[in-house]
Amino acid sequence: MRTLEQTTDEILGLAATHFKVSPDELSPDDDFFKKLGIDSLQALELLTRLENHFQVELPDYEVQGVTDFRTLAERIQARL
Amino acid sequence: MQNFSGDTLSWELIDGVVELALHRPPCNEIGSATLQELEQFAEALQAVTGEAHALIIHSRLKPGFCAGADLRELYHRSQELSAEESEAGVRDFLERIHRVMNTIDASPLTTIAAVHGVTFGGGFELALTCDLIVADKMARFCFPELRLGLIPGFGGIPRLKRDLGNGIVRDLLLTGRSINATKAQAIGLVSQLTAEGEALRVARLTAAQVGKFDRATSAAAKRFIKPIPYAELRQEIETFCNLFTKPAVEAGLRKFVESTDAQPYLP
Repeated sequence: MRTLEQTTDEILGLAATHFKVSPDELSPDDDFFKKLGIDSLQALELLTRLENHFQVELPDYEVQGVTDFRTLAERIQARL
Repeated sequence: MQNFSGDTLSWELIDGVVELALHRPPCNEIGSATLQELEQFAEALQAVTGEAHALIIHSRLKPGFCAGADLRELYHRSQELSAEESEAGVRDFLERIHRVMNTIDASPLTTIAAVHGVTFGGGFELALTCDLIVADKMARFCFPELRLGLIPGFGGIPRLKRDLGNGIVRDLLLTGRSINATKAQAIGLVSQLTAEGEALRVARLTAAQVGKFDRATSAAAKRFIKPIPYAELRQEIETFCNLFTKPAVEAGLRKFVESTDAQPYLP
């Protein structure tokens, strides 16, 4: 079972890889819309990548309004 | 069948396979221009049956297969018309799109939706007319209509009910949540899952396999296993039109249209 810190780190790594940002530039409290420069369509893509990576289901309404990596990690952790 | 290249979609016949490509930016929203070309396609499809054994529907656009109805066009048209004219216009649109969907659904060809990315609302409904859904693992499916005060109107609920158990149908409809392709395969909606960007290639291989069988037998098998729920489809049009006159719909459409987000797809 992953810890919340591990989950957060994996999310940061995945976001950095797919949105071509240096991992050093991302931290758990960042607003991922602003930091990654993504719109809601790309946020949907991120959601799908996270679901595929962690093999969980994340209903849209559970992540609606979530803008930072740490809260996103908590939502995923609750489904692991 | 004559190949066709339109503003919103194109089709061609290659080795007995009709390929219908959607290409109206940003994500193949279905408005009056797409409907008109889909009607042309439906007419051509009915005439092609002797020359072809399969149909593949896919999108050439990166964001996805199809984001559904063109809500901006729907909102702006409804603002220009009286309530009665607006309802009549919506009913006419639904009657026409249902004829197209029913034609694809009833085609004796084996039909394959090769989907990726956003497959929402009317796009999901278009995929559901097909015999098989081949999905890229980044595809997402959703019926977001309830947030607009509506139900899916292009035949989605009866066709989803035809394919899936009522529990998941109610979940998708009543929560408006989206599901990914892996989940869609697990519940029996998607028949084949592919790597990113590979849905069309896999669909072509599937279409080639289908072509090995006797056409009359394949068509008979399809008629046997895939009845078209005409009575429920009619009921859906009536329910949609009744809901369309409610104030919640105008408010929902306005909220969507006035959204500053370039792609306000999330329900």
